[in-house]
Amino acid sequence: MASPPQQELRRRSMIAAAATTAAIGTVPAALAQSSAETPPEAAKATTLKVSFTVNGKPRDLELDPRTTLLDALREGMNLTGTKKGCDHGQCGACTVLLDGRRINSCLTLAVMHPGADITTVEGLGTPDRLHPMQAAFVKHDGYQCGYCTPGQICSAVAVLAEIEAGIPSHVTTDLNAKPQLTGAELRERMSGNICRCGAYSNIVDAITEVAGSKA
Amino acid sequence: MKFDTPATTNPIDQLKVVGQPVDRIDGRFKTTGTAPYAYERHDAAPDAAYGHVLGAAIAKGRIQSMDLAAAKAAPGVLAIVTAENAGKLGKGEYNTARLLGGPEIQHYHQAIALVVAETFEQARHAAGLIKVEYAPAKGAYDLAASRDKAKPAGTDDEPADSSVGDFDGAFGAAPVKLDATYTTPDQAHAMMEPHASTAAWNGDKLSLWTSNQMIAWSVGDMAKTLGIAKDRIHLMSPYVGGGFGGKLWVRADALLAALGARAARRPVKVALQRPLMFNNTTHRPATIQRLRIGATRDGTITAIGHDSWSGDLPDGKPETAVLQTRLLYAGANRLTRLRLSELDLPEGNSMRAPGEAPGMMALEIAMDEMAEKLGLDPVEFRIRNDTQVDPESPKRKFSQRQLTECLRTGAEKFGWAARRKPMQARDGRWLVGLGMAAAYRGAPVMKSAARVRLDARGIVTVETDMTDIGTGSYTIIAQTAAEMMGLPLQKVVVRLGDSTFPVSAGSGGQFGANSSTAGVYAACVKLREAVVKKLGLNAADAQFVDGEVRSGSRAIALGDAAKGGELVVEDAIEFGDLAKKYQQSTFGAHFVEVGVDAATAEVRLRRMLVVCAAGRILNPKSARSQVIGSMTMGAGAALMEELAIDARHGFFVNHDLAHYEVPVHADIPHQEVIFLDETDPMSSPMKAKGVGELGICGVAAAIANAIHNATGIRVRDYPITLDKLLKDMPLPA
Amino acid sequence: MKPFTYERAGSPAEAAAAAARRPEAKFIAGGTNLLDLMKLQIETPAHLIDVNGLKLDTIEPTQEGGLRIGALVRNTDLAADERVRRDYGVLSRALLAGASGQLRNRATTAGNLLQRTRCPYFYDTNMACNKRRPGSGCSAIGGINRQHAVVGASEACIATHPSDMAVAMRVLDASIETVKPQGATRTISIAELHRLPGDTPNVETVLEAGELITAVTLPRPVGGSQQYRKVRDRASYAFALVSVAAIVQPDGSGRVALGGVAHKPWRLDAADAEMPRGAKAVAGKLFADAKPTEHNAFKLPLAERALASVLADARG
Repeated sequence: MASPPQQELRRRSMIAAAATTAAIGTVPAALAQSSAETPPEAAKATTLKVSFTVNGKPRDLELDPRTTLLDALREGMNLTGTKKGCDHGQCGACTVLLDGRRINSCLTLAVMHPGADITTVEGLGTPDRLHPMQAAFVKHDGYQCGYCTPGQICSAVAVLAEIEAGIPSHVTTDLNAKPQLTGAELRERMSGNICRCGAYSNIVDAITEVAGSKA
Repeated sequence: MKFDTPATTNPIDQLKVVGQPVDRIDGRFKTTGTAPYAYERHDAAPDAAYGHVLGAAIAKGRIQSMDLAAAKAAPGVLAIVTAENAGKLGKGEYNTARLLGGPEIQHYHQAIALVVAETFEQARHAAGLIKVEYAPAKGAYDLAASRDKAKPAGTDDEPADSSVGDFDGAFGAAPVKLDATYTTPDQAHAMMEPHASTAAWNGDKLSLWTSNQMIAWSVGDMAKTLGIAKDRIHLMSPYVGGGFGGKLWVRADALLAALGARAARRPVKVALQRPLMFNNTTHRPATIQRLRIGATRDGTITAIGHDSWSGDLPDGKPETAVLQTRLLYAGANRLTRLRLSELDLPEGNSMRAPGEAPGMMALEIAMDEMAEKLGLDPVEFRIRNDTQVDPESPKRKFSQRQLTECLRTGAEKFGWAARRKPMQARDGRWLVGLGMAAAYRGAPVMKSAARVRLDARGIVTVETDMTDIGTGSYTIIAQTAAEMMGLPLQKVVVRLGDSTFPVSAGSGGQFGANSSTAGVYAACVKLREAVVKKLGLNAADAQFVDGEVRSGSRAIALGDAAKGGELVVEDAIEFGDLAKKYQQSTFGAHFVEVGVDAATAEVRLRRMLVVCAAGRILNPKSARSQVIGSMTMGAGAALMEELAIDARHGFFVNHDLAHYEVPVHADIPHQEVIFLDETDPMSSPMKAKGVGELGICGVAAAIANAIHNATGIRVRDYPITLDKLLKDMPLPA
Repeated sequence: MKPFTYERAGSPAEAAAAAARRPEAKFIAGGTNLLDLMKLQIETPAHLIDVNGLKLDTIEPTQEGGLRIGALVRNTDLAADERVRRDYGVLSRALLAGASGQLRNRATTAGNLLQRTRCPYFYDTNMACNKRRPGSGCSAIGGINRQHAVVGASEACIATHPSDMAVAMRVLDASIETVKPQGATRTISIAELHRLPGDTPNVETVLEAGELITAVTLPRPVGGSQQYRKVRDRASYAFALVSVAAIVQPDGSGRVALGGVAHKPWRLDAADAEMPRGAKAVAGKLFADAKPTEHNAFKLPLAERALASVLADARG
């Protein structure tokens, strides 16, 4: 991990800007704050710069360090495909791929990921060019309200990679053998993605189909 | 269009598009994250500021003082809304508690302030700087303790008491009888998208993007609460991330976004924080239910009585848990009673299948217990007490009732005959049990309107304020219009969830699918008439096929009718008294196999099957999803869901998604759904009903009954967690 | 979340020095628990020291034949490590029983040990909690406490430690390596790391302010049948009601630690000594001083039965 220059980290930048400034580039106006009459605590309200790649596109952001990766995506980059269901790591709706691994983007700060390669549901496919997993979800009706769906799909893509990489799960019978692609394995591994509409049975069908066609 | 005589053959019966298991037309947006939900309208309100809600720290009492100074001075803060500075506010017709509390507090986490700031982070931090002093008051929080003080209470549709024959006499004289009490806990909707809204004022006109099931109700309640005219409000809800009844009404996010936007002179967006939702919004109320069933020795029910107690805030309503008991089984002597206590817990209100969902949780265990007492197979016992008429008024028939067919089909497909006596089946560490229950849910209908447009390209656009909360409304409405106008699905555009569109039934009570498609049917009938007239064709023989209108030897492209300008028509379906003349209901039968760990009493589902008879199934793919979704929620109700009340403080303690457990993937096995062939000409021109709630009715009892079959232990207190089984389970050999 | 300043440390020494400069600082690695709590203002650090760049993310053999696990090894990677799967199966199993795939991909070895309780009253800042606000009282006592501790608790706190991994570490006799702000290093046994609540439930470990965990070492493998049994209401993605980590040798001797019953992984020498005599005898020792509440008394028979099941499995 490349460490940015110290002076940048220590920098306490106060951006004076009118509240009505429109969003410019990837620095949302919503992060600008008035320097007038700021109480002592405001002195800590610095912004920090961070650069990473999202869906193949380099992004340079200047953020309140409190900004989660999830909010940086949704509010800073208008990538609202990644959903906020609970903001506390209890639902999985915010699942994205960070350097190829699935994580809850609500429980990490954007500034913690300089140089990272992030993939969101928008980076997997588009309405006119669906990723095979997205197409399988449509075919098997693996969703209803659609709110957990991007997280389910990102998770599903990662789950197949995890099984392929030999990472065991709670239901893997033999820890020292390669995990099998079974319904039980998929259900256990997908359990960090809650679907209150209850599309689970269909989601497992969708993932199974994609896994089968990959083999 | 008035629907007051049974439907005859109509274009829907072609079933070229309707009734086909087509993929959802909104699927490619939902699966790519491009369907915009209420908090995600960067397109419409790019400069929205962020609101963060502060909830009351007490359940009942008054705010003595609020110190906003530190919060106001915090970086980025634009405005703070409280009851003190919000101006005069009304209360919505559909809200029991006020959406903005103060100085009086009616329940825990009632919203008392909204902090608006430039960023989400700033708003959240500043909300924590508000200092509030309270004067708490004593409240009532314990349903069981208040049971004796409960009063008779009905609803608009359901009387407090119903009685036929001589229940007491017949029950007393019955040779076989059951008198048992069951409890169901408070439950949370816990939809995945939090209640969320974006509000923007343009002069005195409010644009409100909000996650909501019932557009017209909510426009009315926003207007009433804000004290402005309804036509000043434009409400939009094209995508709803789950509702289950929790979004039938406007909630604090919508009101506070509007007030915040007014105060900050900026668009404002607000999503209720997940840990706030469970106490701030509505929930399914807990019940205590007493079932009394008397029968002859051959299993004929002679007396059936159902008492239900629930609680709610002052001016609230009872949970109508006795609904199904008035209609599901025969029996000459009948009694139901609803009793309501005043409790100071958060507002109780509708959640998926209000009434029947908790009611069937009790009734269908009672039926299992009765069957056991009678020595009858529980499937057979139910069939023996089936009825084709309303048991309270035998001249009134059911429009369709295939309960027995559901039971028999399910028993056969599931392999019910292999069921053994309790505690006889074992698979390794698992005690295995089979259980079943009937499913029952009413099939109400509501007036529903739609506008349809035909353009010169032959594209039909449907506009209605109907919502799609995951139910598949977009798709079945498109199927309806395609069928009516003789078009492929790709030639139909559906626009939903906008208060500028004609008022629909909305999403709730399992009435949405049938009612809203019937409204689209009515509008399309009118459009067909307009097309025929425009093209100068003979209305009597005009056929709408493959994008053409054919009459005699002529075949004209549909779009030609709009060459001189778009054809736009609007109509509504209005329902007459067929629903009074005939009882309209949906039926089903659940079959479940469970494993209970012999050592730890953990319960895991192994198989689930349901057979449904629910009128014409408009789209078997999305209808099946509705059913498996309800079965999943019912599994949660059976095994884990309970809002735990701290009666000292008067709140739901487990108020987030870690502490309030709902089923995850690993809890749910492969689920099978069978729809029986059925068309119901009494229900609507679509001959459909609804299935979105049928699937949750009875499934929890089927699980409870399967647990009994596995372990011999009867638990009458939901959820059936391992601690309730353990004390009666022998140590494994 | 209160505003904070943020820096990235490049080495353990640098992290320690940063902590010395800023006593109100917290280290952040996976962040899966710390950020959760910061959002609710249960944790309010004024400064965050990001330790993810410390290169403590490898698992290496020790001279004694054990393993040295870097503090930043992610839960997924630790569970999937071939040596861990082969020689320390109880640890793999415990890790895989915890949280979700997404959380295990971020959560670190050290962070997992330092998780804070999931007591709902700790999480609700309107409620009294001696852990969150010392001296304010314990709302869980007399409240909703089905999940809470049955043994080793106090009048001040009945919270449990939520980790699965730590229970396995306890039964494996792991040691914790740390560096203090002034640069001194030390080794702490897992038995000593976590404290019982006593009168100061806010003090959860013996770590000093600014002391950083750099590694966890496992002694050489002890073989035996290694089992981890987690009992919970839902089938996955839930904290344990009770969990059992056990290593059973062919002669019937062995070790056992329980999760979900106390403020720390619960293991007693006297209970281990009873292993050949079976679950009832072991549970008798483990729970000799148990003081369950009305709501969580079921944990006693549950733990005994889970242990009996584990022993039966171990016997094959």
